[in-house]
Amino acid sequence: MGGFWTEIRPQPPMNAECGMMGDECRTGFRAYSHFPHFAFRIHHFTCLGGDAGPTGIRSEGRRNMNRPGALRLLWTYARASFRGQMQYKASFTMGIIAQVFQTAIEIAAIWALFARFGSLLSWTLPEVAMLYGIANMSLAIAESAGRGFDIFGYRVVKQGEFDWLLLRPRSTALQVAGLEIHLRYMGRFIQGAVVLGWAVAKLGISWTFPKAVLVAGSVLGGACLFSGLFILQAVLAFWTTESLEVFATVTYGGVETAQYPLGIYRGWFRKFFTFVVPLACMNYFPALVILDRTTLVPVPAGLLWLSPLTGLVFLLVSLRFWEFGVRHYRSTGS
Amino acid sequence: MRAYRAVFTARMAALLQYRAAAVAGLATQFFWGLIRMMIFDAFYRSSSLPQPMTREQVITYVWLGQAVFAFLPTWLDSEVQAAIRGGNVSYDLLRPLDLYRYFRNLAARLAPALLRCSPIFVFGWLFFGLALPASPAAAVMWAVSMLAALLLSASICTLTSVSMLWTVSGEGVRLFLGSAVWILCGIVLPLPLFPDWLQPLLNALPFRGLMDVPFRIWCGHISPAEAVPNILSVFAWTAALIVAGNALMARGMRKLVVQGG
Amino acid sequence: MQLRPSMRECSPRMAFIEVERLVKLFYVAERAPGVWGALRGLFHRRQREVRALDGVSFSIAEGEMVGYIGPNGAGKSTTVKVLGGILVPEAGRCEVMGRVPWRDRIEHVRGIGAVFGQRTQLWWDLPVAESFDLLRDIYGVSAAEHARARAELVETLGLAPLLDTPVRQLSLGQRMRCDLAASLLHSPRILFLDEPTIGLDAPAKLAVRDFVRKLNRERGVTVLLTTHDLDDIEALCERVLVINAGRILHDGPLAALRRGVMNERRVILDLADGAGEVSDPDAKVLRREGARVELSFDPGAVSAPALISRLTAKYPVRDLTVENPPIEEVIARIYSEQGK
Repeated sequence: MGGFWTEIRPQPPMNAECGMMGDECRTGFRAYSHFPHFAFRIHHFTCLGGDAGPTGIRSEGRRNMNRPGALRLLWTYARASFRGQMQYKASFTMGIIAQVFQTAIEIAAIWALFARFGSLLSWTLPEVAMLYGIANMSLAIAESAGRGFDIFGYRVVKQGEFDWLLLRPRSTALQVAGLEIHLRYMGRFIQGAVVLGWAVAKLGISWTFPKAVLVAGSVLGGACLFSGLFILQAVLAFWTTESLEVFATVTYGGVETAQYPLGIYRGWFRKFFTFVVPLACMNYFPALVILDRTTLVPVPAGLLWLSPLTGLVFLLVSLRFWEFGVRHYRSTGS
Repeated sequence: MRAYRAVFTARMAALLQYRAAAVAGLATQFFWGLIRMMIFDAFYRSSSLPQPMTREQVITYVWLGQAVFAFLPTWLDSEVQAAIRGGNVSYDLLRPLDLYRYFRNLAARLAPALLRCSPIFVFGWLFFGLALPASPAAAVMWAVSMLAALLLSASICTLTSVSMLWTVSGEGVRLFLGSAVWILCGIVLPLPLFPDWLQPLLNALPFRGLMDVPFRIWCGHISPAEAVPNILSVFAWTAALIVAGNALMARGMRKLVVQGG
Repeated sequence: MQLRPSMRECSPRMAFIEVERLVKLFYVAERAPGVWGALRGLFHRRQREVRALDGVSFSIAEGEMVGYIGPNGAGKSTTVKVLGGILVPEAGRCEVMGRVPWRDRIEHVRGIGAVFGQRTQLWWDLPVAESFDLLRDIYGVSAAEHARARAELVETLGLAPLLDTPVRQLSLGQRMRCDLAASLLHSPRILFLDEPTIGLDAPAKLAVRDFVRKLNRERGVTVLLTTHDLDDIEALCERVLVINAGRILHDGPLAALRRGVMNERRVILDLADGAGEVSDPDAKVLRREGARVELSFDPGAVSAPALISRLTAKYPVRDLTVENPPIEEVIARIYSEQGK
């Protein structure tokens, strides 16, 4: 096919991929080139999903205003999930209490150990508590939002629900996340926040605005990291539904690991959790910055400030793997 | 008897199907064992005060915990859970919940546990500091206490399944019980390392029979002579829980709420 | 400035749904039975290739209602999954409304709806109305359009009393109607129905058939009906696709199917009591139950009126019916013939 102008039509033909041709596209992008398919891709991408649809109704502006963005859809899912969970009120409240109880016991174990041993190498209980708090808050957010990926294996793939997700015009990752948004896991969040608050009070840190932002960033970066792990676990479910424990291990083993300063672990272990699954970047390095102990690692302090970003990178990498898994599903039919 | 053996072999065959799962499960256990080992190691290096258990005993304890981890009733039959949610509960649970179900749980639990524990014993002993039993008598007592732990574990699991008849979504029950068992059986922290004022409470609860008692017998923390009353109490708890389970089952069947049309 | 006509204008108008030489392969792991076989399976896995679709071709014009039948494992649901964009075939061409389903999945899926008889697309714990709301957000339908479509569907299908009931508490018939409504909320132009009447009682089946018929005739929604229930096919579809072992065996009107495979008709006689043996040179007795006799005859050899007058003259006939052979027999005949 050679290059050509696309004609202006009063009614876009059914064959129009995105429904907007040439001058009609509100972004003003004109699709003409020697490579029509390539042009279509750019055109469609720029239009951000605005489409004419079979009735010829065109959307205003760059976005189709009827089509909620990803975050808003997640929020809708969250409300719906919440209402679904409230059907089982007793179990829901019990779940929250159980969560707080369960996670509280973990910090109690740490406290008991410190009561027996006094210190963990050069770290005191409040310092370890800070690590604990950040790690658990991150995990709690990831658990709440990403529970859909956790149950993905045995529920969605095995029972064939994934086909339905493919039949809906949204990204599958978003839909899987929306399957189960559980507020119950916020029990862990509350407990982590309390512990972090106690640690901060006990430590008497000289707070600056950047440090506060770093703490918030660590929590979010860690949430991205753990979400990425949940997604990877779900990706594995496309191949087998039986060995998903590996990821549960890395996730929950990871949070356990992260609750203690990384320096106590052996070399290869440290490297794994710094470079492969960058847990250290989530709470250990930021803690070093906040506690002014940045000399413990041979890394320039500036990099340490940026370490939570690796969580985001990890999440994006996981989403790539997700697409790979979906492609596999669609060629083998599960 | 043949029926139970059939269940066991079928489950074993099914497990061997998923070879990736076998390897992954082992990797899981090693991972957890290593983390715990390193953490305890670091703590012991931080203080020279005498502790209720020696470092070697604690490390052995940790690896024993990983080896027999699969016996813990920390998760329930997800099928039963889905059945209750979907409204099929009447069909599935119309069978009387008696020893049949109890032993079926047992058979299902044995297969994966046996697959996992042997490599961990071997590698733990070879590389990671898992010490051999303190004495032949200790080894014998350990075996007996493990049997008791098995029975106790299955009875707790069965009891929890029964309790799901009350809360339609069993997740709350599972979590609560799961965390209680998790902490109180000793797998997170060996029970002797808990503060002294907690020890009476820990001794009163049945969960120590799952892990703490057998492990301490193995590493000599509980001498073979002391082991006998401990093991007997585990059996007693098991019997009590079976009775409670049957009673709850009878009441639960009467209160059954069937969903859907 | 010269405006050259676009290539798309010049190309021939493509069918609404077009499938050409579709091939889909699956690989099934084979394992030896028993524990030893399982142990061996730990180290070495064998795989068997299954041709779920082996060169399937057909095209469907807009507004048609086509039945799609075949035995289990013939490739019906695989075809529907490919058309839906769920599966990617190994070879062949497929276009639905001008798009390749698996390539432009999101846009493609916006224009189609699906109902699977055995699995619901609604959220199990939520009231029906909330499922509808969620679907509105997922499909990005404007609130006004959604409300209009929803009101219409609720009225036509009688869903008003069900809207606040959680889906898990609905009966099968109610759930099916809700699923039908859910699949149409975004006004798709194509509807894939997979066993929509399975497990339903007779009045519910009739209601569903009625609704689908109206949908097709009055709204022009293209329907592909996959089913085992041949009554559905007979009631709704003029055109039938028969698939077996991944290949299309028949593609055409139902009547042609009958004619092509079984060139015969049936006469059922209700005789008065005490009638004896029934026989006729041009007809064969298929079955006799007391006073009821079923005969088959070849309409090419003897016309129906001629045969009827002969029979009524010879025997005490109280009532008679002339009909086509039941479609189950027609289909069974096709399967067995093609299997040879």
